[in-house]
Amino acid sequence: MAVETIKAPPASRPDARHRTGTARWFILAGAILVGLLILAPILIMVLNAFKSPSDYSQNGPLSLPKDLYFDGVKAFWERVDFPQKLWNSIFISGVVAVLGTLLSLLNAYAIGIGRIKGRLWVVTLFLLATMLPQEALIYPLFTMAQQAGLGNSPWSVIIIFTVIQSAFGTYLLASVLGTFPKALLEAAALDGAGRWTVLWKVVFPIVRPTLSVLMIFFFIWTWNEFFIPLVMLTTNDTQTIPIALASLQGDRMMDAPTTNAGALISLLPALIFFLLFQRTLTRGVTAGSVK
Amino acid sequence: MTTQTLGKDAATQAPPSVRTKRKAPHWVPYLPYLIPGLVAFVVVIGIPLVTNIMYSFQKWKGGMAPHTWVGLDNYRALLQDEQFWTSFRNSISMIVAMVVIPTLIGLVLASVLFDYLGKRFGSRSASVLRATYYLPQILPVAVAGVLWNWILNAQTGAVNEILRSLGVENPPNWLGDPSTAMPSVMLVLVWVQIGYPVVIFMSALQRVDPELYEAAELDGAGWGRRFRAITLPQIKPETFVVVLTCTVAALKVFGPIYVLTRGGPEGSTLVPSYYSYLNFFDKSKVGYGAAIATVLTLVIVLVAVVILAVQARSERKEAGGL
Repeated sequence: MAVETIKAPPASRPDARHRTGTARWFILAGAILVGLLILAPILIMVLNAFKSPSDYSQNGPLSLPKDLYFDGVKAFWERVDFPQKLWNSIFISGVVAVLGTLLSLLNAYAIGIGRIKGRLWVVTLFLLATMLPQEALIYPLFTMAQQAGLGNSPWSVIIIFTVIQSAFGTYLLASVLGTFPKALLEAAALDGAGRWTVLWKVVFPIVRPTLSVLMIFFFIWTWNEFFIPLVMLTTNDTQTIPIALASLQGDRMMDAPTTNAGALISLLPALIFFLLFQRTLTRGVTAGSVK
Repeated sequence: MTTQTLGKDAATQAPPSVRTKRKAPHWVPYLPYLIPGLVAFVVVIGIPLVTNIMYSFQKWKGGMAPHTWVGLDNYRALLQDEQFWTSFRNSISMIVAMVVIPTLIGLVLASVLFDYLGKRFGSRSASVLRATYYLPQILPVAVAGVLWNWILNAQTGAVNEILRSLGVENPPNWLGDPSTAMPSVMLVLVWVQIGYPVVIFMSALQRVDPELYEAAELDGAGWGRRFRAITLPQIKPETFVVVLTCTVAALKVFGPIYVLTRGGPEGSTLVPSYYSYLNFFDKSKVGYGAAIATVLTLVIVLVAVVILAVQARSERKEAGGL
C-alpha cells in the first residue's frame, strides 16, 4: 500500500488508479461470491435442520423456518444413539492420534537422528504405503482381525490407523529430525545422557509443536475415515459417526429435516475441532507440503 | 528434498569420538527405536498386501469356503469385463474433478487472494475467505455426501424444490439419471476439494520473496503478468505436491461414491475402489475383488512414479538453466 502511494505520481495516471479502485470491488465481490457458493450447501442444511416436514414441503428449502422444530434432531439423536457414536469416534480418533504420533516419533528418531543404514528405503517404503488403496489391504485385514478375536472391535481400527497414519508421520518427522541441530545432541552426549534420555529430554521438547500438528491431523483424518471403519465395524454399537449417518441413508425415517439435522450434528464435532485448532492447522498443512 | 537430506553418507554423520569406533556402526543402537514401527508396518500393511495379491490368483467365496488356485484367470476375466474398464474410465472423470479443476481454480483463487485482495483489503479479509473455501475439506466426507445426496435428491431435494418453485415441470433426477449422475458427482468433488490447493498455494506464496512482486509492480506489470511470470514458476514445487496427492486421492476415491450413487445408475459412476468393494463384500468374489485392488495399486504406483519423474526432470532443467 505504502509503496503504491509513493510510486504513483498523482497527476500522471489518475485514470489507471481510478479504474483499479472500482475493479478491486468487483474482484472482491467475485471472491465473496465463490465463498457463498461454497457455503450455500451448508447454509441450506442449517436452514432446513430445524424446519418441520410440512413447512419444508410448503415453503421449500430457502425459507426461514416458521418455528423451530427439534424433532429432526431428536429423531436422529435417538435413532443412532448419538452419544455412543460420538464416544466411539472420539475414542478411536484420540487413541490413534496419540499412538500414531508416538510411533512416528520413535521411527523418525531412528531414521532422522540415528541415521540408520537403509533409511532411504524405509522412508520410501513408508511413503509408498501412504499411497496404497485401502482395498488392497482390507480383506486380509478383515480376516486377520477375526482370527485375532478383534472382529468388530474398535481396537482393530485403532491398530490399522495407527500404522497408516504413522507412515505419513514418519516421513514428515524424519525430514524434520534430519535437520536437528547436532550441537544439542553432542552436548547431551557429553553430559552422559543416553539415547532414551536424549529423545525425551532434548528432541521431544523441541519438536513438540510439530508433534501437536501431527496429532491434530491424525485425529481429524481418523475421524473422517470411512472405508475401513465401514468394513471392520459391523454392528451398530461399534460404529463411528460418519458410518452411522451413512447407514441411515434410504431409511424411511430420514425426511428432509432429519437428514439435515443428522448431517448438522455429525459435522459439528469436526467443525468445533477445526475452529479450536484453525491456526495450528493451517500451519500444519504447509508443513505437510514442501519444507 | 527429504530424500536428499536423508541420503547423506552415514559415515560423515558419525557421533563424536566419545564412542569407540571399532565396535558396531554408530546407528546400530538406534535400531530398537525402529523395531516397533517396522513390525507394525509389516503386520498391518506388508502381510495384508502380499496376502491380497495371493487372493487375486485364487477363486474364493470368502469365509470357510475353499480356496482354489486359478492362476491368472481373474486377471484374464478383468480384461473382458466391461464394468472394469468403465470403472477406470470413470477414474479419469475423478481426476478432472479432484485434480485438474481444483488445481486450476485454486491457482487463480490463491493468487487473487494473496497478490490482489490481500494487498488492497488487508490480509485479514484474505484469510477469512481462505477459511471459507477450506471449510468443505474438514467435513467428514460421508457427511458431505449425505448432505449432497439430499440436496440433489429428485423428489425432496433442495435443488429440485427450488427448480419446481421456479416453474420447471420435470427437473432432472441428478444422481439417478446416467447422463447427469457423473457431472453431479464431479460437482460435489470439486466442492470438497477446492480448499486444499488454495490453502497450499497461499502458504507457498508467503514463501516467495515479496521484492519480486514489488519490483514487477514498479515495472508496471499487472496482476495477470505477475501471475504468469512470478506466481506460477515460484510455486511449482507445491503444484507438483498438490497434483500428486490429489491424483492419488482421485484414483482411490470411495466414500463419496458409496454415499452418493453406489456406482450407479447403470455403472455410470462406478470407480475401481467401489467395484472391488462390491466384489469383496457384495458378490463374495474375493479373488476377483483382490485382482481389481491389485491392478488399482499398480496403476496408482505407476502414476505416482510418473509424476515424481516429471517433477525431478523439471527441477533438473531449472537447475541446469541457472
